[in-house]
Amino acid sequence: MTTAVETPGAARPQGARGLIDALEIDTRLLAMAAALVVIWVGLDLLTGGIFLTARNLWNLSVQTSVVGIMATGMVLVIVARHIDLSVGSVLGFVGMAMAVLQVEILPIGTSWNWLLSLVLGLVLGAAIGAFQGWWVAYRAVPAFIVTLGGLLIFRGLAWWITEGRTVAPMDPNFQLLGGGLDGSIGEFWSWVVGVLFIAAVVIKAFRTRQRRNRYNFPVRPLWAEALVLVVSVAVIVGFVQVMNSYYRPRTQIPQGIPIPVLILIVVAVGMSALTKVTKFGRYVFAIGGNPEAAELGGINVRKVTVMIFVMMGVLSAIAGAIQTARLNAGLNSTGSLLELSVIAAAVIGGTSLSGGVGTIAGAILGALIMQSLQSGMILLNISTPMQPVVIGLVLISAVWLDTVYQRRRR
Amino acid sequence: MSASNPSKGVPLVEMRDISIQFGGVKAVDGVTIDLHPGEVVGLLGHNGAGKSTLIKILSGAYQANSGDILINGEKVDIRSPRDAKALGIETIYQTLALADNIDAPGNLFLGRELMTPYGTLDDDAMERATRDVMGRLNPNFRKIKEPVKNLSGGQRQSVAIARALHFNAKILIMDEPTAALGPQETRQVAELIKQLKKEGIGIFLISHDLHDVFDLSDRVSVMKNGKLVGTCNTSDVTKDEVLGMIILGKLPGEQSRQELESMH
Ligand SMILES: Nc1ncnc2c1ncn2[C@@H]1O[C@H](COP(=O)(O)OP(=O)(O)O)[C@@H](O)[C@H]1O
Ligand SMILES: [Mg+2]
Repeated sequence: MTTAVETPGAARPQGARGLIDALEIDTRLLAMAAALVVIWVGLDLLTGGIFLTARNLWNLSVQTSVVGIMATGMVLVIVARHIDLSVGSVLGFVGMAMAVLQVEILPIGTSWNWLLSLVLGLVLGAAIGAFQGWWVAYRAVPAFIVTLGGLLIFRGLAWWITEGRTVAPMDPNFQLLGGGLDGSIGEFWSWVVGVLFIAAVVIKAFRTRQRRNRYNFPVRPLWAEALVLVVSVAVIVGFVQVMNSYYRPRTQIPQGIPIPVLILIVVAVGMSALTKVTKFGRYVFAIGGNPEAAELGGINVRKVTVMIFVMMGVLSAIAGAIQTARLNAGLNSTGSLLELSVIAAAVIGGTSLSGGVGTIAGAILGALIMQSLQSGMILLNISTPMQPVVIGLVLISAVWLDTVYQRRRR
Repeated sequence: MSASNPSKGVPLVEMRDISIQFGGVKAVDGVTIDLHPGEVVGLLGHNGAGKSTLIKILSGAYQANSGDILINGEKVDIRSPRDAKALGIETIYQTLALADNIDAPGNLFLGRELMTPYGTLDDDAMERATRDVMGRLNPNFRKIKEPVKNLSGGQRQSVAIARALHFNAKILIMDEPTAALGPQETRQVAELIKQLKKEGIGIFLISHDLHDVFDLSDRVSVMKNGKLVGTCNTSDVTKDEVLGMIILGKLPGEQSRQELESMH
């Protein structure tokens, strides 16, 4: 019941704007990917070619996995207008609990020891999430307060379990989760993963096109479709190639994709699907966009809220397993201050603190940008105290740039 | 003058002696209204009279502290928006109740998503249904896949109306449906109301402005300060008399000439 706003068949805008429109890609994601490229090239020039080596990129990917995994959950938390300050402590506590289970409680040397301690750790993470989510959803205590409490509680408990003692060593199978010496899947399986991804991307594009054509919905121009596919395939091939170009020490055997990075990929794909194709994901965004509308739509907002925190707890537990495996020990300080990196990654990745807006891919790019800066600063011998100063300034500028960009779009 | 009901038989909806309070404030105080199939009942009153609160009790957003709701003569228990929708009650809220960050199909099916056999959201089916219903309502509407925050006030309103229409309401609640609309769009809503009325749908049409409602309504119920002033057949009263009910809170028979003149 409105007058025409768009004439049918109106010409698309020309120039860069027109190109981006035709490609139907999120401009925010595109800007972030561009920022990442600029940062990489800049750091490579500054470090005299050390940054963009297979070795450094391989390490970078491992370092990104822990923050990246948790950032995917933080996106949902923030989209739903909450926050989780406890993730670093939950990571530490669950990591410690898994270490204690593995080394001091379950029989050492059994084949199932590591698996059972891992599963119990994930259950513990879920329970912690449910506990915090319950306070937020059913007792209406702001998430900021509940999880600030959680930050203290679970850091304290991580210490309390062993009275501060470090627990080591971890089961050799468990250590693989950390991507240490043997913790990669090798050349062959890396290509298998790469090929599977390429197949998935192509099939998905094809299927979508077919479906939209069947319903007579508008589709991307063919050249745009092809361009997006070519770029996606190039990124996948490039990634696998880089992972395979880093050799085991003193050999010519390619490492391939590290297991923690593989876990990150699986988590990212899973969480992405969750946000896009499930009711749960749709509801999280609806709650973030307009909680009252969600309620009036018949959505059980409280239940969804608890589930968001459960998910965050499980992801923190996964990250805790990886970190503990990497350190090959349970320490009570593992994950301290990590909540801030996780929140920063989500926010740099375009998640809006006012809720309703955010993507999983963005959060992972955000984590990658943060980790790139961190790793670049180490390569550049920037002093330890100055590193957080730089990260802090980047965080503020990134959010400022995003605000400016959002305002210009209106 | 208590209105003699134009429609015979069992009312589609009866809200009997409904009260609700927020803190100490009685937002709705012992209100009784009813609605028949194919009838439009205008619910009038100043801002803050309690109109939105009353109909939110019917739509399941609030629960009354006391009173009964009957649908087709049977007492029902509406505890949530879901319950109301299951009874065929669709609501266009004054605030529209749209999630701004989600597109039109997402909003249209919010809480009632269509699913594929694999248990995933069937975005194609929802998009198609949205194109269908929007095509009837607002043929110029093109921004199907955009977050509704990018839509104009009128377009947003049509998404909210489309949501109510798509699910084949038997009872339709429209809370200030033309608040964000221009004159032409307002006329279109009026046409729509006449058409829905012919289809036998009962409509509660809520407004703070008498002129929006008078010509479309079979009856008007007037509220003031949470209480029902009274209900009249529009054929039995003049606009001025209804205005008197809104402003003075008195039935036409109780309004003195002097009071009526002082309103102008
Ligand atoms: N959720 C609420 N909490 C507290 N007071 C409310 C709430 N909803 C409505 N009210 C109060 O109830 C009264 C009636 O409001 P409302 O039903 O919105 O009036 P109307 O729709 O007739 O303009 C107002 O005084 C309003 O402030
Ligand atoms: Mg109102």
